[in-house]
Amino acid sequence: MNKVTFDQLQETLYHEELPNGLSVYVLPKKGFNKTFATFTTKYGSIDNHFIPLGKKDAIKVPDGIAHFLEHKLFENEEGEDVFQQFSKQGASANAFTSFTRTAYLFSSTMEIEKNLETLLDFVQDPYFSEQSVEKEKGIIEQEIKMYDDNPDWRNYFGLISSMYEYHPVKIDIAGTAASINDITKDMLYTCYETFYHPSNMVVFVVGNLEPEKIIEQIRNNQAKKDFKAPEKIERFFEAEPEEVHEKETTIKMNVNTGKSLTGFKDKRPDKQGTDLLKHELSIQLLLEMMFGQSSENYQKLFDEGLIDDSFSFDYSGEYGFGFSVIGGDTDHPEKLAGRVKEMTNEFISGNIDKGQMESIRKKKIGYFLRSLNSPEFIANQFTRYQFNKMDLFEVIPTLESLTEQDLENAMKEHFNTETQMSICYIKPKGE
Amino acid sequence: MREHTIHDFETGSLNVHVLPSTTYKTNTLLLHMRSSLDKDTVTKRALLPYVLQSGTEKHPSRKDIRHELDELYGATLNVDVSKKGENHLMTFKMEVANEKFLTDDRPLLERAIEMLASVVLHPRTLNDAFDKSIVDGEKRALKQKLASVYDDKMRYANKRLTEEMCEDEPFSLFVLGDSEDLSEIDEKSLYDYYLEAIENDQLDLYIIGDVEESEMETLISRHFGALGKNERKEKKVNKAVQKHRENSREVIEEQDVQQGKLHIGYRTYTTYDDADYFPLQLFNGVFGGFSHSKLFINVREKASLAYYAASRVESHKGLLIVMSGIESNKFNDATEIIFKQMEDMKKGNFSEDDLEQTKAVLKNQLLETMDVPRGFIELEYHNRLSGTERPLSGWMDEIDSVTKEDVVRVAEKIKLDTVYFLKGKEEAGNE
Repeated sequence: MNKVTFDQLQETLYHEELPNGLSVYVLPKKGFNKTFATFTTKYGSIDNHFIPLGKKDAIKVPDGIAHFLEHKLFENEEGEDVFQQFSKQGASANAFTSFTRTAYLFSSTMEIEKNLETLLDFVQDPYFSEQSVEKEKGIIEQEIKMYDDNPDWRNYFGLISSMYEYHPVKIDIAGTAASINDITKDMLYTCYETFYHPSNMVVFVVGNLEPEKIIEQIRNNQAKKDFKAPEKIERFFEAEPEEVHEKETTIKMNVNTGKSLTGFKDKRPDKQGTDLLKHELSIQLLLEMMFGQSSENYQKLFDEGLIDDSFSFDYSGEYGFGFSVIGGDTDHPEKLAGRVKEMTNEFISGNIDKGQMESIRKKKIGYFLRSLNSPEFIANQFTRYQFNKMDLFEVIPTLESLTEQDLENAMKEHFNTETQMSICYIKPKGE
Repeated sequence: MREHTIHDFETGSLNVHVLPSTTYKTNTLLLHMRSSLDKDTVTKRALLPYVLQSGTEKHPSRKDIRHELDELYGATLNVDVSKKGENHLMTFKMEVANEKFLTDDRPLLERAIEMLASVVLHPRTLNDAFDKSIVDGEKRALKQKLASVYDDKMRYANKRLTEEMCEDEPFSLFVLGDSEDLSEIDEKSLYDYYLEAIENDQLDLYIIGDVEESEMETLISRHFGALGKNERKEKKVNKAVQKHRENSREVIEEQDVQQGKLHIGYRTYTTYDDADYFPLQLFNGVFGGFSHSKLFINVREKASLAYYAASRVESHKGLLIVMSGIESNKFNDATEIIFKQMEDMKKGNFSEDDLEQTKAVLKNQLLETMDVPRGFIELEYHNRLSGTERPLSGWMDEIDSVTKEDVVRVAEKIKLDTVYFLKGKEEAGNE
């Protein structure tokens, strides 16, 4: 068991890699009632083209299968729902699928050991039947329809498919009613065998607990189970052009208020580790400086009647894709996008304002500290960072070390309004 | 369970509640301004906090305020309006990093208290009125927000159900007011109302973090000293009207949506200050509050009709609301299953095990809520709001003591009031 202490944050993290390849992390938190645990595989909606474990040839699987698999793991051979078991043990359980990860989690203030055992066991004991797969299709279809009626979701995915021509990040995480219809129990087993190998997974437990005991328990749990020898997973992605696919998309919906989202696509999204951490923090600082609530631009956009407090921005980056998005509700979608473009151009043609940079740096440090109050944030972000070879506890030192030059470089590379920018509008029908 | 000792004191008309705790990396300040929900003031109150956070004497614009917050290591300032029973709350919340975790050790907490006080007590004014440009800007933003409620179909359906169900009761008022009243408000009338609210609202300030009571008394009287001690017009407790409808009714509305939204309103005749409050919480848990509940199991897992099917309780009005997203042509199937679950509850068709399971999950949920400063305040505020003395430390025992008979007794009181269904048009398409 390794132990790393982060003095400034007054946190100690415990880690062990088990013989089967599973990575286990425990972060004790005094004073919390709650324990939160995640069991995550590095497998998400973009992993749709790969060589199955023990096979030679690559296969393509239907859109939405990682998410479908997440739903189905909750049911055991007796047709019982593992939610029932968690709740008998006073826990609430959940799961989510993202572009690159599927996470299973519980939070509980009692019976931590039992709940942890349940989490490890249900994720590692799949049972799929033709009948239960069919039954799930109706449920997921309603989930898809719920998102179809959600203008923010449509705007976000509309923007991603406008930026990306081939990369599967453009596919809706849950797939479509048609694509999930093609899913069979055999496909689920194939995906499961390949991506749920312990060597592709991480357990993270945070709460008021004794790290030695927790790690011991997980070690014993895993020692009882047999797994095939790990293999490196081969994933395939079609070559994605550097530039955006389309500059503009419009979606008409049954809404009163329009929306506008502007996206910037990373040219070479091949960064990992420290490089990715530096890049993502730089872009986040730049976005705050350009469009944060304390910026000139935010005040101008508000005074010009183009935004309300739904206006926001964000950067998402993983191996293979990376983009920032800026926008929100507006009665004038084109005008807002036009102003965002002008302001971006104006910003990148000027110099970094040192005073503003310091002020925003402080803000980001404070935000990060605040998010360490949240066990959910720690577990989810830490795991994401691990999969990208980054270290969550390097965030503050990295923020403190960023120079004007780092920001200049990231700015020049990322915010190119000619080739890297797309816009997606939501407009009321009939306009 | 962690011990929570709250220290209460008064500074003029401000009721201050301090909870010293070393669990968090931040300190939280939350001010509730409460008054009765009323047609004449609801829109003004929805607008007011947004105007106040946009300019103070010392920091005359949103940009200046936000810049100061960035300097305070990204202190957050959020304002919000909410409805609790027939009370309307304006809420101001700040969170600031604990300087202990920073290399910089200026007194961040005092500066945050000063900022909160200046937002609430020292707004930017010109000739006994607010700044016209600020008020106009915030009116425009609120108007847009009101219009966009239509775009979030779950929220829209909930608003419509409340309007239909409680038509002649204050509870039917929408929390953000309405756009007709909004157009009547100007910088002068809003300022006049602000003076009234400061004079008459019930004011409660919560402080949670690594703080000492005596120090807080000094800081609060230094910055909130302007609040004199006066007789509040606002009643200490504002009990909601409980209406009774002889025959339930059905309201069906058609829109261009992919998924139908079924919202069903029941009257519980049980509110927070009743002895039956915890039996009602357990009723809700067995019936529809969790993923082990009857609604989830029967509407989703067994019938595959929905992705979500859940119920929640309005603690200060005495309502129970069921929500589910279904195929538009499955209205009859879904309502039949939901009504059957309600009948089963009334007949006591649930096991002791179901009840025990629900107790475990409910207790866990409460303990988790108490882990978060905001959650802790929310639970504690129930007591202030209802004038009930029911310390959080006793809640677990109250839950444990609920019997099956108690739950059935509560169930028997529950009456169906209104079924609201937002359904899709026949040939609904979204492009």
